[in-house]
Amino acid sequence: MHMSDDLVIGGHKFQSRFRLGSGKFSLDMTRQVIENGGVQMATLAVRRANADGEGNILDHMPEGITLLPNTSGARTADEAVRIARLARELGCGDFIKIEIIRDSKYLLPDNRETIRAVGMLHDEGFIPMPYMMPDLTAARDMADAGAAAIMPLGSPIGSNKGILTRDFIRMIVEEIDLPVIVDAGIGRPSQACEAMEMGCAAVMANTAIATAGDVASMARAFRLAIEAGRMAYLSGPGRVIEGRGVASSPLTGFLGEQ
Amino acid sequence: MVRRWTDAEDYHEGMESIDSDVMDRVLAATREYEPDSYTETDVRRAMSGPVGPEGFGALLSPAAKPMMEEIATLAREETRKHFGNAVTLFTPIYASNQCENRCIYCGFNCDNKINRATLSPEDVRREMDSIASMGLRDILILTGESREHSDIPYIGDCVEAASERFTAVGIEVYPMNTDEYRYLQSKGADYVTVFQETYDPERYAELHPGGPKRIFSYRFDAQERALRGGMRGVAFGALLGLGDFRRDAFACGMHAHLIQRRYPHAEVSFSLPRLRPFINGRVEPESVSESDLLQVSMAYRLFMPFASQTISTRERAGFRDGIVNISATRISASVSVGVGEHSGTGHGDGQFEISDPRSVDEIVGSLRRNGLQPVMADYVRP
Repeated sequence: MHMSDDLVIGGHKFQSRFRLGSGKFSLDMTRQVIENGGVQMATLAVRRANADGEGNILDHMPEGITLLPNTSGARTADEAVRIARLARELGCGDFIKIEIIRDSKYLLPDNRETIRAVGMLHDEGFIPMPYMMPDLTAARDMADAGAAAIMPLGSPIGSNKGILTRDFIRMIVEEIDLPVIVDAGIGRPSQACEAMEMGCAAVMANTAIATAGDVASMARAFRLAIEAGRMAYLSGPGRVIEGRGVASSPLTGFLGEQ
Repeated sequence: MVRRWTDAEDYHEGMESIDSDVMDRVLAATREYEPDSYTETDVRRAMSGPVGPEGFGALLSPAAKPMMEEIATLAREETRKHFGNAVTLFTPIYASNQCENRCIYCGFNCDNKINRATLSPEDVRREMDSIASMGLRDILILTGESREHSDIPYIGDCVEAASERFTAVGIEVYPMNTDEYRYLQSKGADYVTVFQETYDPERYAELHPGGPKRIFSYRFDAQERALRGGMRGVAFGALLGLGDFRRDAFACGMHAHLIQRRYPHAEVSFSLPRLRPFINGRVEPESVSESDLLQVSMAYRLFMPFASQTISTRERAGFRDGIVNISATRISASVSVGVGEHSGTGHGDGQFEISDPRSVDEIVGSLRRNGLQPVMADYVRP
């Protein structure tokens, strides 16, 4: 096995290439998922962390986890900057995943505003990791503006459809000298593996884990798939699958006569 | 200027008329919608692919009834994809029950002899402090529809007080003009809820014999004006049981659908109110069963999977627990529909009777037992 294969982002070294999104599964599962997934960096929505009262996700993050707060809820670069500052105030560090969305249906990121936010946040000393629509030119602009990594979507967030944008992500992997992390759309370990085989530096997953039958065990499956894909990339190429799940006990048993 | 379906009634002075074809398109599509024309094959087709207006109609039809369990599986899957296992808690605050309308199905009807009250600014704050102390971060401000007793500055003051105490502030008050929505947004309001009640203009006219609410189209355009005024999100609802519930739900879904297409940044959501027989003896509700209500919710989910759905305290605890496991994503907790009931300062009667009086802690416990994640706020005001 290759001796040193650290992933370096913004001067920080990581051994794990599994980035976990949080917020779609119960807080008390967070620790178990992180441990089973060997996760070293996990996102959190500032809009959730900001909620005092009922369960603060920060309390459920194990020691040693690097937080990647995101700006979800922002519709413009200015709003993203304000949320990033709030994250810093909350003690979440300097990493910031920029997420700027003006589309409530598909939740697609706005590349133009994201480019602007990368520059503004870089100037304020953040380590910007932009979530983006895989567009090579936009990725170049983000890199020029000070991005520490590029995070293109594989397919619409939460869709579990896998890497529908593979050809465009491949261009970014080939042309940009920054870690490329596939964020959104990865639904299965096999797809995570595919991303890694393509040469992506890491994979972000949340819904895929949260909607699994056994959440903790699926986290482990992702870890293994990501490691396998990385190993395949460093050696040579690989391949994919497809399918669908069904429910078990009756969901409508609670209905009354009235 | 008078906008269509208001032939019988002119716009009142000051009511803004906007340039939009959404209402005409919704009413035209609804006129063509025949719930009984669908077959099992149509429903299967809707279940297998992306759901457009045609598939939405099929899912709302009687033909879908035998497939409720299968549809529930699909609906739950869509809900999980978009919301994970998170369910947002909120509570309404009734600031006033003064009303100028004569909706014949409503407890606030101005002809009803009930105890009327409007909270003073101090009482509003006391009431909100009491609600905030329960751990809630998402509040919905409600008033009856009276520009006299709860004018825009009054609502603005309520919104301001709420935005100091809560993360997300919604308003469910009378429809207003764009500049008034803009003013309330500047005070801290994020979301606007307006129920059209029924989308059948003739039935609407029968049910609303007097008051500004009689103007069907002014109410219909409220969400558009709210979005033009800068609101972040808008909620839609038909009070199922006032008319043919399938047609009303179809129209309500189409309304939300067309608004979302025109204002893609808007956060669109649905409310799921059902007219209950005991509210008022003057309306014979069309029968809408729990199964019917669930069917509507699931059709909304598959048609607009990204839209949140709120389930009312008009429904019993067991039903609410069941539906948040399938398609609803917002649930009210510790609800008092009387004016000033949280802090004991007020004495205004409620609009309807609630069927799920559970406290925040009880709702939280119940969600957790069902493997769901109670969320107090899913929003940061940028």
